[in-house]
Amino acid sequence: MGLYPEAIFRWVGDRGLLLEFGDRISQEINEKVRRMALAIQKESIEGIIETIPTYRSLLVTYHPFILPIEELKKRLRKIEKQLQEFPLPEPKLTRIPVLYGGAYGPDLEFVASYHQISPEEVIRLHCSKPYFIYMIGFMPGFPYMGELPEALVTPRLKTPRLSVPKGSVAIAQRQTGIYSMESPGGWQIIGRTPMELFDPNRTPPSLLRMGDLVEFYPISEEEYLNWDKKDGKGGGL
Amino acid sequence: MERVEAFEVLAPGILTTLQDLGRFGYGQFGVPPAGALDPFSYQIANLLVKNTGSEACLEITLTGLKLRSLGEFLIAITGGDLSPTLNGDPLKMWKTHLLIEGDVITFRRVRSGCRSYLSVSGGFAVGKIMGSYSTYLSGKFGGLEGRALKKGDLLYRFNHSYPLDRVGLGFPEDWIPQFAREVTLRVILGPQEDHFTEKGFQTFFSSTYEVTPQSDRMGIRLRGPVVERRPDVEESIISEGFLPGAIQIPGDGNPIIILNELVTGGYTKIANVIYVDLPKVAQLKPGDRVRFLPVSIEEAHSLLREQEQRLSDFKKRSE
Repeated sequence: MGLYPEAIFRWVGDRGLLLEFGDRISQEINEKVRRMALAIQKESIEGIIETIPTYRSLLVTYHPFILPIEELKKRLRKIEKQLQEFPLPEPKLTRIPVLYGGAYGPDLEFVASYHQISPEEVIRLHCSKPYFIYMIGFMPGFPYMGELPEALVTPRLKTPRLSVPKGSVAIAQRQTGIYSMESPGGWQIIGRTPMELFDPNRTPPSLLRMGDLVEFYPISEEEYLNWDKKDGKGGGL
Repeated sequence: MERVEAFEVLAPGILTTLQDLGRFGYGQFGVPPAGALDPFSYQIANLLVKNTGSEACLEITLTGLKLRSLGEFLIAITGGDLSPTLNGDPLKMWKTHLLIEGDVITFRRVRSGCRSYLSVSGGFAVGKIMGSYSTYLSGKFGGLEGRALKKGDLLYRFNHSYPLDRVGLGFPEDWIPQFAREVTLRVILGPQEDHFTEKGFQTFFSSTYEVTPQSDRMGIRLRGPVVERRPDVEESIISEGFLPGAIQIPGDGNPIIILNELVTGGYTKIANVIYVDLPKVAQLKPGDRVRFLPVSIEEAHSLLREQEQRLSDFKKRSE
């Protein structure tokens, strides 16, 4: 079915409303989520606490006494009807350095043998195109990006790791992502970036934003170890 | 604002963190709210010492915290009853006390609930991160260096004047929440109520679930009868945002009540605990038992209004 004719409203307890715009991962649906989030922000409606955009839905949290639920629904429908006129900013491209393989990318060899290609070919393919950021979530600053080239589509690990190091660049199915902090995780880890994806004292705290683009490029171990971590915007731009 | 010493931590207890009502507006960057798991007890603790209601308090889990006072100031302790004592004598909860230098507060054993809140006049003095004092443990930021208290920590408070006529002020006895070992949590169905069968709902609403030890500030894991899923839907969904109180049903069928340290996920959620029942969730500990009861959104909002009224009545009364 793809994109719904209009968003489905779903209950998230007594303080949240989930607006679902489609039934799959697609840029068209994701763009509508983003447009809606930006349009709501622009209206700055009293009683809306925050909006959390994800792949295909937008969670709106509200204060029911400032903004009664029926009124909230009415206003959201009205905004949704005028979405086509709402302009989206030009996507920004961030280039991200990655040290591939070895101890930094323990699953690179597996991914290569799974597809019967060389590790160098995995790296070349992973760096071959810009990826679209569908959402930031799971942990602060973690970008969910897609789509991987067909030749890299790989299932998750059968048993997730208890600890994945911060900066790990990983793939799962058609997605690629970056662990912005140490955490348990089940994606295939092919490399690591020295860039700081999340800094609680930076404004905004996340290096990347939904709707923007990321391109990876390979670096050597020496470059990795000498990377100036403070240069959050870095990456040779 | 000037900071003055409040406490030396003699023993940190199982898990003690600084919390306020939480961090909002950063969910779009994957930042969860964190904050007091029992927002009602937290707010009353602040009001008792004449704070505005959003200052940082200690959230104390189960037992073992021991603090030595480094000055003279007001405190109040609310939430679950963890047998607090002052220099060895029982300290009445939900009431304002004046501490003097050298006083020792100890949390000895669990009598009811799981988490206490301790407020100080002026509030604990730490920096705000993204607009909030709350400690986010897995993110390692907020509160005191993004971590739980440890032995030897010095805690500061903002130096506010406080009225001494407040000593002995109490929260009305009949408004004090009781935390039982078996609770009924009121819920609103959704957002994935269409993923479960009629039989699944029957199981969910007629069974008693037990709280397992694998529970923390991210979530409360329950054990009990498996909720039947419709055979034609997938176990996982495309990742989406949620709120504290969301009840996930993962592949193994054992419900998890999401708490304050998560913000998105890809498991189906059968229902959400209503806001006024979140304190009951916060006060659950391993071995406690939970039942679920569906309510309408109108009923949830009217209960919320009642609670807000109670808070504002108490605020007025204590001015």
